[in-house]
Amino acid sequence: MLHGHLDHQAIVGLTQAGIAAAAAFIVVLLARTRQIHLERETSIALVRGLVQIIAVGSVLAILLRGPRWTGGLMLCAMIVAAGNISARRAKKMPGAFGVSTWAIACGAGSVIAIMTALRVIDTSITTLIPIGSMLIANAMNTNGLAMNRFRSDVLAHVGQIETALALGAEPRQSVAPYVQASSEASLIPAIDSMRSLGIVWIPGLMAGMLLSGAKPLYASIYQFVVLAMIFASSGITSLVSMTLIRAKIFSAAEQLVLRPAAER
Amino acid sequence: MPMEKEHEAILRTEHLGYAVAGKVIVEDVSLAVRRGEVLCVLGPSGSGKSSFLRLLNRLSEPTSGTVFLEGKDSREFPPRQLRRRMGMVTQQAFLFPGTVTDNVRFGPRQHAEPFPEEVVEELLRGVGLSGYGGREISTLSGGEAQRISIARALANQPVVLLLDEPTSALDDESKGGIEALIRQIVKERQLTCVMVTHDVAQARRVADRVALFAGGRVTKAGTIAEVLDAARTS
Repeated sequence: MLHGHLDHQAIVGLTQAGIAAAAAFIVVLLARTRQIHLERETSIALVRGLVQIIAVGSVLAILLRGPRWTGGLMLCAMIVAAGNISARRAKKMPGAFGVSTWAIACGAGSVIAIMTALRVIDTSITTLIPIGSMLIANAMNTNGLAMNRFRSDVLAHVGQIETALALGAEPRQSVAPYVQASSEASLIPAIDSMRSLGIVWIPGLMAGMLLSGAKPLYASIYQFVVLAMIFASSGITSLVSMTLIRAKIFSAAEQLVLRPAAER
Repeated sequence: MPMEKEHEAILRTEHLGYAVAGKVIVEDVSLAVRRGEVLCVLGPSGSGKSSFLRLLNRLSEPTSGTVFLEGKDSREFPPRQLRRRMGMVTQQAFLFPGTVTDNVRFGPRQHAEPFPEEVVEELLRGVGLSGYGGREISTLSGGEAQRISIARALANQPVVLLLDEPTSALDDESKGGIEALIRQIVKERQLTCVMVTHDVAQARRVADRVALFAGGRVTKAGTIAEVLDAARTS
């Protein structure tokens, strides 16, 4: 019966994909009337996109049916991948990958662990993975924003920072204003999401729960729960990220090592 | 003052060098500066003079050679202590947001040292800005800001004063005032001063001795007569 259900869903899904692809081809034909030739690229992109997403979906389908510990493994892999992507935002920052991975692991990892232990997040893989990935993805964005802002602030204020060092300030004191500004800036999206919840947007999770038959009141409360978890994990990520990275930009002799290339 | 103390080299470098990614910035610099003396490091842009100054208080790490402060290897001092003993003033004042008093107190506050209002006022009087304590730094002129940055460096009671082109961003009138102030402070407090400049006339007005820099090396060092007058004659 499950097979039958899946087959039915697959047929429905492929039909929907065909209709969406047809819409895309209508745009291609319209473009052609204006001498804009997108036929080849669009065809390749559509086929490639469909194959990729079906492949990912199939892997997920296998993993989601596996034992519970595979969920933990998947989340760990996601954290490492998120650390790698986030570190790219902090170009040439010393130890950016390690800092990002640790920050996301501390932020998202601790919230997932605590909330799972308290049964706020269900331990089934089908719940743990989607919610965990949301927390990791948001922690990744927060970390990227914080690192990026910190890097540009430090590079723009080398004179002030070294003046403070020259007056005998501790390294962490010399960059305190930039740590604070970066942490605040990195949390703006998380705060704005909370602030605008239900007024400006109805998040995907809540929409999904409603579509799958959950009661609207529970769906809305659980959406708030998820956003509060996102805020907590983003906050921890930002704090850990800034604490670790501010130590990396100074040498053991308390010299600023993150400097514009021309001034090194 | 006893003769030997007067001639004591407070700051000394031995074969000091600095290279970044294989590029030599400062090479084999050996100099000594005595108490109450102003040594002007003179040279064109890119000659390594500012980089040399940064090696003295370890804002940059020498890749070779040694800096001695009062006869002791500078690496034996904890970095913060070393920097407090070597006040630094740069081309731009880089004052911190807040009042003049906040800025003057910045150094002592880092090691929780009480710094009463009257001591701040005394320092401000010393740099010709008596009564400026409550002023917001945004209200200061360039010359005033530079005087505050000198007072801020002096608040740590340094034995050495490092000046990196301290007047190059100022107009002629402010420049003259700062030069006179530097001479006065060095003599009154018996400081050991290293001043970087590209201005030969300024070096003549301020320096006791001069070190000419080119390509990261000292090409000539000595008194004004030995270095600048001899160059003019030849």
